[in-house]
Amino acid sequence: MRKILAFVGVLLAAHVAMQWIHPAGAAVAPTGNALDVGIVFDLGGRGDKSFNDGAYIGAMRAAKELGARVRFVEPGEGSDREAGLRLLAAEKMDLVIGVGFIFTDDLTELAKEYPNVAFAGVDYAVTIDKDGNPVAPPKNLAALKFREEQGSFLVGALAALVGKSKKVGFIGGMDSPLIHKFEAGYRAGVKQVCPDCEVIAQYAGVTPEAFRNPGRGKELALSQYQQGVNVIYHASGSTGLGVFEAARTLDKYGIGVDADQYKEAPGHVLSSMVKRVDNAVFDVIKRVAEKKFTGGIYSFGLAEDGVGYVYDEHNRALIPDSVRQRLEALKAEIVAGRIIVPSTK
Amino acid sequence: MSLLLFLAQTLRIAIPYLFAAAGGALAERAGVVSLTLEGFMLGGAFGAVLGSHYTGSAWIGLVTGVAWGLMLALIHAVCSIRYKADQIVVGVAINLFTVGITRFFLQLAFESSSNSPRVAGFGGDAGSSAAAFLTNPLVWMGIVVMPALWWVVQKTTFGLRVRAVGEHPQAAASVGVPVNRVRYVAVLGSGALAALGGVYLALDQHQFTDSMTAGRGFIALAAVIFGRWDPLRAGLACLLFAAAETLQIQLQAAQLIPSQFVAMIPYVLTIVAVAGVVGRSTPPAALGRTTD
Repeated sequence: MRKILAFVGVLLAAHVAMQWIHPAGAAVAPTGNALDVGIVFDLGGRGDKSFNDGAYIGAMRAAKELGARVRFVEPGEGSDREAGLRLLAAEKMDLVIGVGFIFTDDLTELAKEYPNVAFAGVDYAVTIDKDGNPVAPPKNLAALKFREEQGSFLVGALAALVGKSKKVGFIGGMDSPLIHKFEAGYRAGVKQVCPDCEVIAQYAGVTPEAFRNPGRGKELALSQYQQGVNVIYHASGSTGLGVFEAARTLDKYGIGVDADQYKEAPGHVLSSMVKRVDNAVFDVIKRVAEKKFTGGIYSFGLAEDGVGYVYDEHNRALIPDSVRQRLEALKAEIVAGRIIVPSTK
Repeated sequence: MSLLLFLAQTLRIAIPYLFAAAGGALAERAGVVSLTLEGFMLGGAFGAVLGSHYTGSAWIGLVTGVAWGLMLALIHAVCSIRYKADQIVVGVAINLFTVGITRFFLQLAFESSSNSPRVAGFGGDAGSSAAAFLTNPLVWMGIVVMPALWWVVQKTTFGLRVRAVGEHPQAAASVGVPVNRVRYVAVLGSGALAALGGVYLALDQHQFTDSMTAGRGFIALAAVIFGRWDPLRAGLACLLFAAAETLQIQLQAAQLIPSQFVAMIPYVLTIVAVAGVVGRSTPPAALGRTTD
């Protein structure tokens, strides 16, 4: 018994010691009263090739250009998310950022508890009151939202213009309002350039596991491709890796989401609808640095370069110039407000 | 043609279920609860990707995947049989442990928390899905695994011993059957079999992604129970569940059945089976009990 207790004691001590080693963030030369920024990653942490990596890139840019000192915390499963935020807030950081909608409730709580610390939540889910109006977050909390429907609109137009089969596909992760937004924008984009095109939209499931089921993604995609679809846009996390696998197998195209997913299946990724989490994170850090920070809802759309589609040396060969011009024209119309993209089905 | 596509898709979806359910049936017939199938599958998937990544050979991936399954099964066996821990608690613990350990090694080996790089699978990279499918040895193994297990359980001395220690371990012990040793072998076998389901998933995707088994181990366990712990019936249950999923994939676009409804079919059928609505469903008498 005593042996076990001693063993557990050693483990605990090691565990506690790790806490101090682990969140050591980017070491940046301290510059007087530098800006202290703390970032808590969503599950997955750095290396998720998506949100967390985007936030990391934005923060590192802020470190370089604004001299901000950035600390990162990668929580494990479950409840240490709140602890991570609290740790940073209690250390009197100038700005604490939570990456992912999962932080919504924790951020709201802590913003009230620490009114002198600025908070920001990437993909913060703004609550809607019973009259359908958004409830403003606490005034020291910035909700960083993305207008995914606008980026999805453009890749919808792209899919219809390149697909050539009057049928285009959409595969979502968990069947939920968040993903319906992607679908709605995509559908609108398809209809804009091809009114008689059919959109086959399917979801991988009804639980959060639907975002982590590449096997299911592949089967959904195979059945869509076999029905004559040539291009599938996915908004389904790593389930979408199965979509790309199917595109490889049948020599078709997929469109990625959140980050540039070209590398997942070179030659078969037509483009990706990117959410520029890096831009949003950099923007909010800059506001704090310039003492212009105010809480509220910040919306990043095409106009703010918060969403977009990938067009670079990798996929240039897949997208004809005429299509590219058409997309840029559509983008200009959305930015000018002449096209209003729906965000609900 | 569309019927052929339907059958092919059903079979593709069923393969991981068949392997995992075979593992579940084997361990449960020996009296050890198999909540661990999900963990064994996930471990098998990760092991396969590690082996295939470092050697470039899918066959070595298969071996390393099975090795991961055996390793996890050994933990399960030691805790449940040697130390007589509650098998349900051990099962849940192993599932959580596997999610964590695979994520840890994913980060360590590939510096990513979401997915591994692309690895070699069976049947090469190119080719139509049909050809890739027919040249995948795991497909053929998946097709024969349930009949083979049925033969082992019903027709061999080892199978007789497995059934005996699952039904009445004291009686088995009294005639000289080494109860714990039989259970060890059954649990290790279940780890290897269920891991093959994960190996199939991972090599079919040519990569490992975090938590990629997505609850398939539990559907396989449901198939074992729905199949009343008989390998052949459990195999049919796997095919039934896979057919329901295929139907949902094919019909979802037409919005005929809400996807929520199809997603609950395996569980509803399991509850129906356990409640004894269709025939009598009796688990092995000594299931979950340890003996001295």
